[in-house]
Parts: sequence; C-alpha cells; structure tokens
Amino acid sequence: MSAPGLDPTFSDLPHRRLGDVALARAQELGASHADFRLERNRYQYLGARDGVLQTASDAEDLGFAVRVVHGGAWGFASGVVLTDDEARRVAETAVAVARVAAAMTTTPVELAPEPVHDDVTWVSGYDVNPLDVPTREKAALLVDWTERLRTGAAVAHATAFLQQVQENKYYADLSGTRTTQQRVRLQPGFEATGEDEQSGIFDSMASIAPPVGRGWEYLTGSHWDWDAELAEVPDLLAEKLKAPSVEAGTYDLVVHPSNLWLTIHESIGHATELDRALGYEANYAGTSFATYDKLGTLQYGSPVMNVLGDRTQEHGLATVGYDDEGVQTQSWNIVRDGVLVGYQLDRSMGHLKPELNDGRSNGCAYADSSGHIPIQRMANVSLLPGTEDLSTDDLIARVERGIYVVGDKSWSIDMQRFNFQFTGQRFYQITDGKLDGMLRDVAYQATTTDFWGSMEAVGGPDTWVLGGAFNCGKAQPGQVAAVSHGCPTSLFRGVNILNTIDEAGH
Amino acid sequence: MTTPLRPTAQQLVEHALATSTADDCIAIVRDVTSANLRWANNTLTTNGVMTEVSVTVVSFAEVDGGTATGSVSGSASTTEQVTALVTAADAAARAGSPAEDARELIGDATSPDWETGPETTDIGVYDAFAPALGEAFRQATGEDRLLYGFVNHDVATTYLGSSRGLRLRHVQPTGHFACTGKDTSLSRSAWTGGATRDFSDVDAAAMAATVAQRLAWAERRIDLPAGRYDTILPPSSVADLMIDAYWGAGARVAHEGESVYSRRGGGTRIGDKVAAPGVHLFSDPAHPGLECAPFVITGSSDNTDSVFDNGLALERTDWIRDGLLTGLLQTRHSAGMTGQPVTPMIDNLVLEVGDGAGSIDDMIAGTQRGLLLTCLWYIREVDPQTMLLTGLTRDGVYVVEDGEIVGAANNFRWNESPIDLLNRFSAATQSVPSFSREWGDDYFSRTATPALRIPDFNMSSVSQGV
Repeated sequence: MSAPGLDPTFSDLPHRRLGDVALARAQELGASHADFRLERNRYQYLGARDGVLQTASDAEDLGFAVRVVHGGAWGFASGVVLTDDEARRVAETAVAVARVAAAMTTTPVELAPEPVHDDVTWVSGYDVNPLDVPTREKAALLVDWTERLRTGAAVAHATAFLQQVQENKYYADLSGTRTTQQRVRLQPGFEATGEDEQSGIFDSMASIAPPVGRGWEYLTGSHWDWDAELAEVPDLLAEKLKAPSVEAGTYDLVVHPSNLWLTIHESIGHATELDRALGYEANYAGTSFATYDKLGTLQYGSPVMNVLGDRTQEHGLATVGYDDEGVQTQSWNIVRDGVLVGYQLDRSMGHLKPELNDGRSNGCAYADSSGHIPIQRMANVSLLPGTEDLSTDDLIARVERGIYVVGDKSWSIDMQRFNFQFTGQRFYQITDGKLDGMLRDVAYQATTTDFWGSMEAVGGPDTWVLGGAFNCGKAQPGQVAAVSHGCPTSLFRGVNILNTIDEAGH
Repeated sequence: MTTPLRPTAQQLVEHALATSTADDCIAIVRDVTSANLRWANNTLTTNGVMTEVSVTVVSFAEVDGGTATGSVSGSASTTEQVTALVTAADAAARAGSPAEDARELIGDATSPDWETGPETTDIGVYDAFAPALGEAFRQATGEDRLLYGFVNHDVATTYLGSSRGLRLRHVQPTGHFACTGKDTSLSRSAWTGGATRDFSDVDAAAMAATVAQRLAWAERRIDLPAGRYDTILPPSSVADLMIDAYWGAGARVAHEGESVYSRRGGGTRIGDKVAAPGVHLFSDPAHPGLECAPFVITGSSDNTDSVFDNGLALERTDWIRDGLLTGLLQTRHSAGMTGQPVTPMIDNLVLEVGDGAGSIDDMIAGTQRGLLLTCLWYIREVDPQTMLLTGLTRDGVYVVEDGEIVGAANNFRWNESPIDLLNRFSAATQSVPSFSREWGDDYFSRTATPALRIPDFNMSSVSQGV
C-alpha cells in the first residue's frame, strides 16, 4: 500500500494566504521575528462499557496563531476565523500583546538560527487513517472486546476505548521557512474489573498495549496480539484478586517496558527539559534536579544507562518533521554511560546555550493546538537496549528475592523530579530466579538517581518496546502532548516497596 | 473593502437546528476569550490573547431498538462550518446504535438574556496588575528573590439550543493567579494563589509580599524524617483533596462495585456515614462568589454525563450531609439504575464543617507542634478501594511550635485518602474561597473549603525536591 499523502481537505484551506497576510502585517509593525501557524486537529473518542457503546464524539479544532518578537518581547495571539482581515487583526493583537509584555520583559528574547526550510512537507508513517474507518466498525470492535472480556468468570464489568487523532499543521515564518505536516496516532485500551466475594476486594486489569503513531492497521494487523491479550486478561484478573498482599520492604525489581516507560517519562523525560532546569515551569510543572551546572558530570544512573532524545523515531508519538519553530527534528544523547550529556531545547534556549547543539535548537518546541503558544516540549526519550542479548527470563534468573512489574497504573513524582512512586497492572514475586505467583498492593518508591543508579542490567534489543502516553501535561495555560518512550526490560537492585493497604492504614 | 458580517452565536444555533434532518438536535455554541501572562526569573516569559468559537451538534435519531446519538464539535464561525458539523452529527446518529442513556429530552426553557451577545475579556484586564507586577519584579531582583507565576482570565459564553425549545445562555468568567518565589540559591520556595472572577480583587504587590513573607519563614531549615505529623492542611490543599473525592463520586461506578462509594455486596453507600458528624460537602450553582452554570451542558455521554440531560436545571445538591453520604454524580440514566435522585455534576464545590471556626492563623496559634502545608502536588489515585491518593508537599512545609512558625522542613511524599481524612481531622476553620493548586488551573477553580488539622497525616517518605 502506498503511503498516504497530505489530506486534500487540509490543503484546500487558505493557510498560505492567511500566513502571508499575517506575516506581512507583523513585519510592517516592526516585528523582528514572526511566525504563523495554522492547525487543524481532528479527534474521535469512542468508549464502550459492558457491551454498549457509551461515548462517541468527534471533534475538530481549527485555527491559527501569530507569534512575534517585538521590542525584545514575545507576543502571541490566536483566532479561528479564516479571513484576511482576521489574520491581520491577530497579527496586530500579537504585536499589541508584545508591547504590554515589553514593560515586564527584563531579558530580551533572542532565537538560535535555523536553516530555511522552504515549502517542505512531512507525513507520518501509517497505512489507514483511523478517521476514515466507519465509526460503526470501530464501535463494533470495542463492544466485542467488552463482551469477550466479560466471558471471564472473574470479570464483573469491562470497558474499552479508542482515541484517534489526525493532526495537520502549516507553519511559516519571516525567514522564509514553510512546512506542511500531517500526523496520525491512536490509543486503544480496555480494562476488566471484578470483585473477590470472599475478601470483598475489587480490582482491575487493563491492556498494556501502547499508544502508537500508526493507523487503523494497529488494530487489524500483526503489531499487537489483541486476541491473546483479551483471552489472557480475565485470568490475570482472577489471579490478582486471589493474590497475597506484598510484604513491604526492599526488593530487586525486574521492570517490563510496559511499566518502565512511564518511570522514564517522569524521571528522565521531564527532568531533562531545559525549560524546567532554567525555572520556566517553576510555578507549575516544576523544575529539575538536573540543573545546567551538572551537565557532563551528573551521574544520572549506572554505566549501563544510555538515553536518547529523538523526534525522528518511526511511529513515535512525538515524532514529526519540523517543530513549531521551523526547526528540523533530530536525535541526540541525553544520558551516555550513566552521565547527563544533553537536554531538550527550543530556539531561545539554543541561543542561550550555544555549546549544547552547535548553537542550534534540537527541535523540541511545540504547542498542542493553534490556540496555544509553543513551549519547550518533550521529545521521544528512550532507554537504549544493552549490547548483550539478555532476555526478560535471563534478568529474572539473576534475582533471588524480587518482584517482576508489568503495566503502568498510578504515577506521581515531585516538582524537582527526585521522589517518585509508581504502581502497576500486575506484580509477580520472584523466588530463586523464577516467577512465583502474583502479589497485590505493591507500589515502588525511589529517588531518581538512586533508582537509575541501581540498574544493574538492561535487556537486549528483543525486549525493547516503544511505550508512551497521549496525556502529558505541561505549561500555563495547560497543554497536552503525546510522547513515546522505548525501553528494554531492566533489572534494578534494592528498591523500596510499599504495601498500599498499610499506607492507607493508621 | 467590506467584510461580510459574521453570524452571531444565536444565529449559529438556529442555523444548526434548522439544518438538522435528524429527529432531534441540540446545538451548543461556546464563545471563549482569554488573556494570560506568564513569568519566570523576574521576567515575563510567554503570554497570549486567544479567541475561540466552538460549536457542538448532538443529533438524535430513532433507530431499530431505541434512540441513537451523534456528537460532533469543531471550531466554527460560519454557517457553512456549522452545516458540515450538522451533516456529520446527523449521519453519526443514523448510523449509531441505541443509546442506553436515552431519556425524553428537556423541553421548553428560555434564558431571559438569550438575545444578548457574548461577554469577552482581553489583555486590558491586566491594566492595573501588569505595571504592579513589573514593579514586583524590580523589588524582588533588588532583594535577591526570583518570582515565577501565571495569571489567566477567560470568559466563556455558552448558548444551548434544542429542537425541543431550549434557548439557554450562560456567561462564565474564570480567573486565577499564582506566584512562586525562590531565593537566588534556589534552596527555598514559597507560593500563593487564588481564584478571581475579574481581577479587580487581585493585587500584584500583595501577592509578591506574601511570597516574600513565606520565604522569610523558611530561612531556618529544619530537616524532618518521614512519619506521621500533626498537620494543618490549608484551604487550597483541602480543595485539592475534595475535588478528587468529588470526581470519584460517580453513581454508576459506585453502584457497580468499583469505588470507595460502593457498598460491599452491591449498591452504593448513599445513606451511610462516610465522614465525621458536622461535615457537609455540597455544590450550588448560586453559591455567592462561585456562581456557575445552573443547567446541564454536555457534548457527549459517559458514566457521569448524558447528552439527553442537556438543559436539565441544577440546584444545590448535598453530596455529604452531616457526615452521611447523600448524593453521587448522576445522570437520569444512572439515577434509574441506582434508584436514586437525579443529581448531575455541578461546576463548584463547597466543604463546610459544622463547628469549624476561626481562620488558619487561629489554627496555627492553637497548634503546639505541627506542620503547616502550603500546597499538595502531583496527586494520583493509588487504590480505589479506599480512594488512597499519593502526592507531594510543595513550596513550603512550615514547622509550627507553640503557635508560631519557626522554620521550614523538607518536602514529603504522602499517602492518604480524602474520605478517611474527613473522619480523622481534629479541627476545622470556617470555609473560605480557595483555589486548588493541583486542579484549579485548567479543570476546577470554584471551591470554598476550610483549613483542616489532621493529627496523624501520613508523610510516607522525604522528597529532596524544592
């Protein structure tokens, strides 16, 4: 099947004309930099519960924004009416906002240079746009999933959902860069819940399938074995409901990629956003312990820890051709042999820290819609597999008394990215190198550098899975982002395990 | 050059209803304007003025076995764009399966101000605030402090019309301010923030002074280990926790055995004692200072929302009355399942404690040895059985000795259940307008809560984060 091209219903929009009008007006008003971004994002969310389609909603977000540097200050404005007059008005508003901002801007804004990318097009890798598939067909699939789950004896209720996104974006700036891009992504999921009548405990078991930058083929092809997982989950839930409660204490952990991706997201992905290290998020998402003075010296983790920032990873959720400042995307090292060696940058940070990437941004500025200003945002940040071809079983075999962790669930980390606590979908006791039944009520709690410092071994390329999320939150006003994190199964020594029932007691 | 007049919001509603060929149709037009300023390190970082007009069309079609719905929304400011939404919604409804939440649609009701245009805001809302903020930056720089923060103001005017005669309008102003301060060595951090409807009551100088005072409190550092502490939760932190308790109060999931509000063996805990006597948790669209939409507005159905309920009148609803669970978040559909009254979600929340008295300063003065928190942060559910939540303390854990603040401790990770805390608190203040640090920005900013003193708050581990 040939790769899909740009959606003609986007190409037919007047983005080029509006961009020309807005940029000309901004230049006329004295902007030293101006960029124009028109975005159309299409979403469909479907949700089923117990054999019934419960939620079906289609949404489209279409609008444009003008961002200027004027008098050394940023000015940003956005609108939704696609006329020349409105393009001019929004450009004028952006300049007016910059004038207000100038009085409070004590450090003038300067941007790292970027080569001109004149009229380039980029489309993400997928076969079938899920928004082109009839809703009835997708709804039937989700309803069927809930019905299949409910055939399990332990399952009282079952839910399934599918979020789909098609993102189109046109960017133009005064230097002459013009990019037109299209991305497709989807997140399917399901969950079964049940109760153990004897104990009165209720619990759930969810799919561990990651969200992906792929099309409908993810649900119909061989990328994920949905049938096997649907068949397995009711039995896994039954086992979890009968499992003994964990004894709190120190354990070795073997962590599957379906859980470890989120720990990477929180403790490495966010901690190496340079805007956080510089304090821009101090009032909201927080700062970072990985401050700039520690570049090149911070022992982030053990020597087997190698982390890549990458906006070019095939099927990654944060993958794109050019960012929202017209910068061509790249990949680079963030942690090498356990040492902090890189950050995620936008163009103003590229200017501020010219030693980091030869004075150039590494393409990590983006907004979630036309109504929001681009900020430094996360790349796909991934832990590399080991050169030795260790399997998950090999790693489990190294553990005398430990826990094997599968699937993500609850997550929380502090504002400087030191202290985190995670739970999971399922936990297996490891005794003398072998899995020894499930445990309940497990949470692992650690400090970032201690945890990654305790990583004794990473699995080989065969254990590596690209996980991720649609719902990363950051900035004020709040913006969401989709981002992927790949990792191998990995072995950690001496991690603090809590019993969550004990934590709730008093 | 002439510009064609843009259709009004009401015209977009009427166009949608006239264009739909489905059996019934609801059109919701939202006109939103907003203005924000963001700062860090004593300089402005980003800002913006945004305008948005979005239209949601919900179509209803009689299909084999019942009524199906289709919901399509999008940015739309022309009748052509609305036509496209209607066409898609009508088609989705006709292709859909019967909705389990189908109920008779709400009939005739017209807001007296239906014909009035949308209200708006712009950057001018900061005419007084902005220069005072600039002055606060200069003062902070001179005194070796760094300020970080954000102000946002938006005004959303919603027009809800239906083929059954609904013509309802609601104007919702929402605003908030917050400021974090740090010393230049970044070893101390403090915060203040609050909600506002129009910024006439927000004083940038007072905001900066509060942060300066709190940074001064933290000049003496007192390292404390994990453990259980006599802890004062300020109204902001109580708001964080109550919002979780509220969002988790869906009647259907409770009825089906999946929440802390489920009765073991079946059904909900409505009628059970879930909190200490004297505890009242309620929502009221007319609560002074927290006014919010007095009718249901929803674009899609799920466990706690039903598109069939659009336009349903909302009034004061008690969720917990004198310690007893009296209501859960209901649609008409879930009310039918559970046999309980129809009590949909309302966009504000008030916690009152019967014998709560005095201010947080009185509570501090009455504490012999304990902790005064500033904020909770990164709150997530760990165990739904008890609604065990985890999170961090943030921007100031102050140590109280003999009624005085004597210094600041390190931060902690905590694990606690908001429902359990409503049974364990040892004292409460009067309720005051509050602003949830965790959820107030983008989700839920209209709260009034007391400070609560918890004799044994579970600080599970130390966080090195500042």
